[in-house]
Amino acid sequence: MARNPHRNAGETPLVEMKDISISFGGVKAVDHVSVDLHPGEVVGLLGHNGAGKSTLIKILSGAYAMDSGEIRVNGNKVEIYTPRDARAQNIETIYQTLALADNLDAAANLFLGRELVTPLGLVDDAAMESECRKIMGRLNPNFRKFSEPVSALSGGQRQSVAIARAVYFNAKILIMDEPTAALGPHETQMVAELIQQLKAEGIGIFLIDHDVHAVMELCDRASVMKNGQLVGTVEIDDVTDDDLLSMIILGKKPGEAAA
Amino acid sequence: MSDTTSQPVSQQTSRNLFQQLELDMRLLGMIGAFVILCIGFNIFTDGRFLTPRNLFNLTIQTVSVAIMATGMVFIIVTRHIDLSVGGLLAVSSAVMAITQTDILPTALGLGFDHPLIWVVTILAGLAVGTLIGALQGWLVGYHAIPAFIVTLGGFLLWRNVGWFMTDGQTIAPLDATFLKLGGINGTLGEFWSWVIGAVAAVLSVWGLWMGRKSRAGHGFHVKPMWAELTVMGIVAGAILGFVAVLNAYHIPSRKLKRMFEARGEVMPEGLEVGYGLPISVLILIAVAVVMTVIAKRTRFGRYIFATGGNPDAAELSGINTRLLTVKIFALMGFLCALSAVVASARLSSHTNDIGTLDELRVIAAAVIGGTALSGGLGTIYGAILGALVMQSLQSGMAMVGVDAPLQNIVVGAVLVFAVWIDIQYRKRLGTK
Repeated sequence: MARNPHRNAGETPLVEMKDISISFGGVKAVDHVSVDLHPGEVVGLLGHNGAGKSTLIKILSGAYAMDSGEIRVNGNKVEIYTPRDARAQNIETIYQTLALADNLDAAANLFLGRELVTPLGLVDDAAMESECRKIMGRLNPNFRKFSEPVSALSGGQRQSVAIARAVYFNAKILIMDEPTAALGPHETQMVAELIQQLKAEGIGIFLIDHDVHAVMELCDRASVMKNGQLVGTVEIDDVTDDDLLSMIILGKKPGEAAA
Repeated sequence: MSDTTSQPVSQQTSRNLFQQLELDMRLLGMIGAFVILCIGFNIFTDGRFLTPRNLFNLTIQTVSVAIMATGMVFIIVTRHIDLSVGGLLAVSSAVMAITQTDILPTALGLGFDHPLIWVVTILAGLAVGTLIGALQGWLVGYHAIPAFIVTLGGFLLWRNVGWFMTDGQTIAPLDATFLKLGGINGTLGEFWSWVIGAVAAVLSVWGLWMGRKSRAGHGFHVKPMWAELTVMGIVAGAILGFVAVLNAYHIPSRKLKRMFEARGEVMPEGLEVGYGLPISVLILIAVAVVMTVIAKRTRFGRYIFATGGNPDAAELSGINTRLLTVKIFALMGFLCALSAVVASARLSSHTNDIGTLDELRVIAAAVIGGTALSGGLGTIYGAILGALVMQSLQSGMAMVGVDAPLQNIVVGAVLVFAVWIDIQYRKRLGTK
């Protein structure tokens, strides 16, 4: 059985990032990188710290504006300059830092920037809490602390708030930046199950991770970056852990002669 | 995505009386401290502190700083600071003084005490304050100059701009209607004070009831009915009690006699008339209500607190934090100008040193009221209570006869102590 049935020849990718470059003060953080993502597919982004994977993905989520390149969503060229632009394209991001306002409760974080309002234009906390209870009931049924600031939550609970925020607004494209970095084994398993569930719903996922084993287990393809450049993109079924590691460390695609 | 399982509401265990009433413990603590302070001063002044007259004066003296303190909450919550509020008050006051004594009556020929003067004057003052605030906010938000520096510059700058405009002169007399906004010269009298108190009490109870209904409608936890009714009773009682105190301060009979004579009437023998609610206090109450609604129930307020809690998260959520900074400082400028109306009307003149050191009183009021300088935390009612505590300390000590240097020593120590208590309290609760 083909592990990746979503990528048929000629099908328009959900996202194409073409020839993307960005520099910070003369340093090319991302150097002419192209990646793509299909519906229902998980593409892993691998690389050392500072390889440029987080920067690349922040361009897609609107946190950084690229210097040159092109982003296409469903084949159409889109302009993404701010997080708002990205959200308008149904691109949702779970940041490594989770990007939660610690002093606000779960519902306020879930709806941050997209509050539900009453007909008078005032924020409707009761409605937001109600929606928050629904989605948390699905993602993390043990979640109880709805009226406390998220600073009072455990790492896993905070993670589930961040995930809920991405999932609630009908994401088509989901970016997960090291989603399991702060989690215990049980919660990591929960995230893995969630990824399978989201895949089945046809959502495309970019998964940034350090852990080669997690990528082997969760992803359909992997793109490896080193020093701001793309080493290559491979089908997970065609490679071993060691192949990926050597791409990360040596910057060589499998099959290429080692220097 | 069709699963709509709601979670069961967590079980309530048995708790003590205060917890069942679900009152804000911080608020209770502050009110408690304030009451102890009042009782203490009352003992040391042989009962002169807790008289209607003193409480009336305390209230109108607090208004100007309290109005600005509500704006300072938003500034500090977003991890900024504003050292220029005293200067902004002074320049707004100067603009208004010139507008009402020179530009409108003479240059535009409206004549003195024309009914339009006070309105146009106040609009001009508010516009100037808001614009200067927005300018400072633009420098902070869009040019990333630290607020401390921008407003330190403003602290030196704006007061002296006002000085230039007035050539350093004290400007008086001010427009007769304008003077009514200062406090004792503009009160509602007993009847209208009771009317407003009753309306406020009814609205508060209604608001509590609607909040309860909304929560119950979503199936959330609501406090027991007896607790809800008790809270309603306390709130309504506090409002009406406040009005009763202000009504109990009677206009001195000699002054009352002059008022009757001015209208060509004779004062009936033995007549007693209470002052009632000062208009300046009504302004403060309106500011408090509007600012609380902004903080709790608008997106603007939500974004202020989100930005204070985590600026990066706010930005990644699509919040325009730069524009937000401009708005917050513009709002602060507006409130400084509003304070300038009250302060100059209360003093019946514009002077160069109006609002001197107010920046420190305002920051102290906000901080005593529980606003954390690390950002993200603060309440409007806390800041107003903080201003009231500061003012009570100051005038209480003056009444007791404490030497001026000792007064400042005590106020300084109380400021640091209050923040220390707050930090201990938060540690105990395990929140930041």
